[in-house]
Amino acid sequence: MFDAFYPFDWLATQIVTQLGLSISSHLGSSLHFFLYDVPKVLTLLIVISFIVGTFQSFLEPERVRSLLEGKRTFAGNILAAMVGIVTPFCSCSAVPLFIGFLEAGVPLGVTFSYLMAAPMVNEVAVILLWGLFGLKVTLIYIGFGVGLVIASGYIIGLLKLEKWVEPFVWELQKSRQTMPLEDEDTLEPVALTWGQRFEQGRFQSSEIVRSVWLYVVGGIAIGAGIHGYVPTDFITQYAGANNPFAVPIAVILGVPLYANIAGVMPITEALVNKGMPMGTVLAFTMAVTALSLPEMVILKKVLRPQLLAVFVGLMTIGIISIGYIFNAIIN
Amino acid sequence: MNAIKIEILGTGCKKCQQLEANAKEAVANLNLNAEVSHITDPIEIAKRGVMSTPAMTINGKVVSKGQVISAEQIQPLLQR
Repeated sequence: MFDAFYPFDWLATQIVTQLGLSISSHLGSSLHFFLYDVPKVLTLLIVISFIVGTFQSFLEPERVRSLLEGKRTFAGNILAAMVGIVTPFCSCSAVPLFIGFLEAGVPLGVTFSYLMAAPMVNEVAVILLWGLFGLKVTLIYIGFGVGLVIASGYIIGLLKLEKWVEPFVWELQKSRQTMPLEDEDTLEPVALTWGQRFEQGRFQSSEIVRSVWLYVVGGIAIGAGIHGYVPTDFITQYAGANNPFAVPIAVILGVPLYANIAGVMPITEALVNKGMPMGTVLAFTMAVTALSLPEMVILKKVLRPQLLAVFVGLMTIGIISIGYIFNAIIN
Repeated sequence: MNAIKIEILGTGCKKCQQLEANAKEAVANLNLNAEVSHITDPIEIAKRGVMSTPAMTINGKVVSKGQVISAEQIQPLLQR
């Protein structure tokens, strides 16, 4: 298959051999791993977050909301998950989005599918998966992730858990219906020029790179060390496919690592090379992005603890199952 | 003349802070009497009918949401 990253590979090989090291030596293979991964991942981060940032300015939540209004069935969950992936989303707008959707009559389960699709298919996680594990693994991840988000939202809808949403949300909905926002209270959004869209993309790209580059470089350095020096048996013995606890442990370890996925994923790359199964890595990645503690704290403002528990339970069971299924398929 | 009331809506991420700085710059450029406040409570934000942050209101009117607009873009909004 055509490899877009071949020039990075070639360059890394050149540098290592120019230094008089063999690619197969401990130090040589560590150095090659580092010199190849750092520019590759950083390039992907800059380019993709710029493109995503630019095109996200086309999809306003208001438009998505009117698309989803009154959709009750399974189809609503599918549609919600699809648009959730591509909607502009800053975790700080989770609560306003949640309230805004319910206010407009979007069903609870459909709202959940929408709300969770964005963090599940978090752009930094997807870029790292692509850069480190390839396109196939990335597409499988997105497929399973979206499937889980659709299923969880659908189940929450079936269970009729509206009673576990904080009552003030429904009061807001009632008051909004009797007294809709007057037209003059909101202006039509200023039409954006391409220059401004590119500017939003550039802003987003520089924010992302600035906040994660250090973790990426650090993680790759650690991964490089593991790649060159840790013996293969070690990993297969402790985190291999025959350890039934590897997947749940990976999920539990993943939850508190929200912000540091950029640093942790390069380490998992080295572990996969040493025999850690891919399903374990996918489950870990999903746990880090979809079950983040900060997100839970924010959602607690609008959800009763019972609903939060149902949601976390569904996602956890789903993620662990995906890990096992994937490990079983691949081996 | 009454002070113009500007509200920045956003839970405090980088984009919201940037928008607040831009708003203050616009006010300073025009030499206006304005009061800029930052609303971080997500429930207050939702009450203003806003779903995407950062957003900005001028005298209670939502003028921008979901993007960081520059001081140059804010100035004409303040002069209306």
